[in-house]
Amino acid sequence: MSDSTAGHGPGEHEPGHDLAAGGGETQAAEGAARRRVIGTPSPARSRMLLAETAAGSTAGLPEVREPELPADPQDMDDAKRAERIVAACFVLAMLAGFGFIAAYLIFQVHTVTGTWHSNLALGLTMGLSFGFMGIGATIWVRRVMPHVDQVEMRHPLRSDPEAREAFAETFADGTAASQFVKRPILRRTLIAATVPVAVAPIVLLRDLGPLPGTVLDHTVWRKGMRLLTYGANTPIRPADFSSPGGMITVVPDGFQDDFNALAKAAVIIIKFAPGEVVYTTRSAPADGFTVQNWTVDNIVAYSKICPHVGCPAALYEQTTHHILCPCHQSTFDATRGAKVIFGPATRPLPQLPMTVDAEGFLVAKSDFTEPVGPSFWERGNSS
Amino acid sequence: MSIDKALSGTGGWLDDRFHGAKGIRTFFRKIFPDHWTFMLGEIALYTFVILLLTGTFLALFFKPSMGDVVYHGSYLKLHGVHMSEAYASTLNISFDVRGGLLMRQIHHWAADLFVAAIFAHMIRIFFVGAYRKPREVNWLIGIVLFTLALLEGLFGYSLPDDLLSGAGLRITQGVLQSIPVVGTYLSFFLFGGEYPGTDIIPRMYILHVLLIPGLFLALIGAHLFIMFHQKHTQMPGKGVTNENVIGAPMFPYFMAKTGAFFFFTFAATALASTFAQINPIWLYGPYNPLAISAGSQPDFYMGFLEGSLRMMPAWQWVVFGHTFAFNVFIPALVPLGIVMTGAALWPFIEQWVTGDKREHHVNDRPRNAPTRTALGMAMIAFYGVLWLEGANDVLADHFDVPLYTITEIARVAVFAVPIVAYIVTKRICLGLQRQDVHLLEHGVEMGIIRQLPNGEFIEETRPLDEEELAKIARPEPVALPAGQSAADGEEAVPAPGMRGGLGRVKARLNKIVTESVPMNGHGTNGHGPNGHGEPTEHEPAAISAGSDDSGSERH
Repeated sequence: MSDSTAGHGPGEHEPGHDLAAGGGETQAAEGAARRRVIGTPSPARSRMLLAETAAGSTAGLPEVREPELPADPQDMDDAKRAERIVAACFVLAMLAGFGFIAAYLIFQVHTVTGTWHSNLALGLTMGLSFGFMGIGATIWVRRVMPHVDQVEMRHPLRSDPEAREAFAETFADGTAASQFVKRPILRRTLIAATVPVAVAPIVLLRDLGPLPGTVLDHTVWRKGMRLLTYGANTPIRPADFSSPGGMITVVPDGFQDDFNALAKAAVIIIKFAPGEVVYTTRSAPADGFTVQNWTVDNIVAYSKICPHVGCPAALYEQTTHHILCPCHQSTFDATRGAKVIFGPATRPLPQLPMTVDAEGFLVAKSDFTEPVGPSFWERGNSS
Repeated sequence: MSIDKALSGTGGWLDDRFHGAKGIRTFFRKIFPDHWTFMLGEIALYTFVILLLTGTFLALFFKPSMGDVVYHGSYLKLHGVHMSEAYASTLNISFDVRGGLLMRQIHHWAADLFVAAIFAHMIRIFFVGAYRKPREVNWLIGIVLFTLALLEGLFGYSLPDDLLSGAGLRITQGVLQSIPVVGTYLSFFLFGGEYPGTDIIPRMYILHVLLIPGLFLALIGAHLFIMFHQKHTQMPGKGVTNENVIGAPMFPYFMAKTGAFFFFTFAATALASTFAQINPIWLYGPYNPLAISAGSQPDFYMGFLEGSLRMMPAWQWVVFGHTFAFNVFIPALVPLGIVMTGAALWPFIEQWVTGDKREHHVNDRPRNAPTRTALGMAMIAFYGVLWLEGANDVLADHFDVPLYTITEIARVAVFAVPIVAYIVTKRICLGLQRQDVHLLEHGVEMGIIRQLPNGEFIEETRPLDEEELAKIARPEPVALPAGQSAADGEEAVPAPGMRGGLGRVKARLNKIVTESVPMNGHGTNGHGPNGHGEPTEHEPAAISAGSDDSGSERH
């Protein structure tokens, strides 16, 4: 600590110094102390009070006399009043503290109302208990304890030249004795030996997860897989839509509860009025978007997973046919191949090829024809 | 005198074994300066203690598992619902453990307060220049602590596995996956495969309760030790010099005050948790990758990243079959990178530009470092625009403004507002400096009008007292080497450090960074607001406390 730094203040004996100084303190780094007999008190001072250096740079500061701190507050009457207030605070804190224990025993949980009452009672008693302790202690310091303004000197953090030189010598001697510099073969083989030690922990983390492979390119949708309404898990016939309207979330049959599958395979379907959907083909994209003729009876299926960072694009405005992702407000035009019309998403929501099976239920024609969800390095130009 | 006896008995026993008498006495007599802003760091420290205490309690009941269970606990509305064990155990903590809800809420409030206090503490340190030599290392440790706090908070609020935090986790995964080259691998390794998998909660849990808190403990320990060893900075005032510390000793004053402050902090979080509900996860429901609620907002300290993602235009490159998702990784990494890297480098840039390698223990008043203060305000404005944009949906809703309009404004504002903030702040600082100079030269107006014998009315003034003088005093700026070699009417020969392109950059930056209103009404014309004059004329223009230049009484 800074107390072993030399180069400040004249050494005057501090009260209590002798008590500690006998115990073999060796401040070898001190220039002055180097010549002194080990075991005698150091001439270095741990700090100086203003009163002892009043002639120096700290002129004009209030005098501090020995003993170090005044024994009594300056304003005894005020301290007396404050004492009562502090004691009252501590009594209140104690009462609130016992109140906390009582509240724990009295208020039972296991119901919403019970938990609410318990929380109120416990929190209030706890807050009051700690609050009164804080208020009491603060008034104690400010009004009962004597007011003091003391000065402690700072010492330059830089060690004095002798100490630095001595350190440099010690270090040089140690380095020489270790032979580290003189024997390069030792040095180099040691460094070589630590290389695998540094790499091994990283290697050890390899089994944290599988390699990505191409799994991000596909979902669980397969040809003929039924679209089930999410939650009810019922298959859907185009005729179930009595009129154009809202957006329905659907899941692949057989994966209703598989979060890993659904995190990519969730789909929204929207029924439009005839003529509302604008079709193009992949070979002749118009206006930067594509809607394949994968719709059934003006029902279109899009991935629900936002191509920005993967939130569910869950908000649909019927009047404008806009699909909005609530996370970062990427907005997609559902009538035009879910083309991005605002926000940070760079791609439309992928469309799920769809048809009906023999029983007239909506089924997938195939998997999505491009990766769904957020961009990734290996995704490439597949949109 | 039984206290004395008990103390000497125990103390003697300990000193026999640890030789502590001298060291502890030094510790007890250490002087702590006082200023209300010094308590910001203390709030951070004490909320950390509260987090350790409440977090330990929560860990006794929390089950960090993504195993599927059907809920049959006390919250009837979720009866029979499939959910992860993590979510179910969080419901149990809330409704079936006495004091569990209170501990959860205190933990959450304390976490928010922790980050807020760190943020405020850093701003304080920056604006008063308390990061300057010899405290650069502590500044860097602080930046690491701040970054860790953001990460720790993100992991913490993701642990209950509710619908809201799940959305945050999904965004985190999407961002991770977007990082060029390694992103997909990072995501697969962190999540143990595809999102969401079943590994992420237990993994975040161990990071949240062991690894990051361990780093916190080590770094906070180092932070406090360095602060203690180097002694606290102090605000300018009467008798304050670069060589002393004025205040009250550790024992009993600081110990009692800081102990009281711990109780205040704890009381504040406890009362907030009593009356202000936070993170009612039972209302959000268990996580489900298909569902989300409108108006999803992260905890406040993640808001700036959210806003950054929201305002970014849809830019992306596909090069040789590889995707550069600029729309994701730029907003996720660049703003944080600018703020953190800028903050980390600033002390060293400032040292290089000003040539000031001295130790600084007396803080600057923010007005006395106009450029630094202006830069700080620009940074805060940058952060603030990002943060507001992170709540653009809430703003649109409350103020009935079109959502897209807010985003479009934010895209401009994120560049414009920091520049405006810089200029305005600098003007204000220089104006305040002029006011100081005015006070120094003319004294304080007393509000007393007197009529002189010749009929003239004057207002009486009094000279500044010692305390006021000490407050407005400025430390002497350091002159760059070139300053000594400039001569009137002749071409200056640059000093060795000022030659070449880098030297000219340094000289130019120096002119900007050291711009100040001259204190004695002379000199420093090189720093004038108009920027005329040689950058090499750096005449020390400041006064120090108690200099002869106290204001005249009346004019």
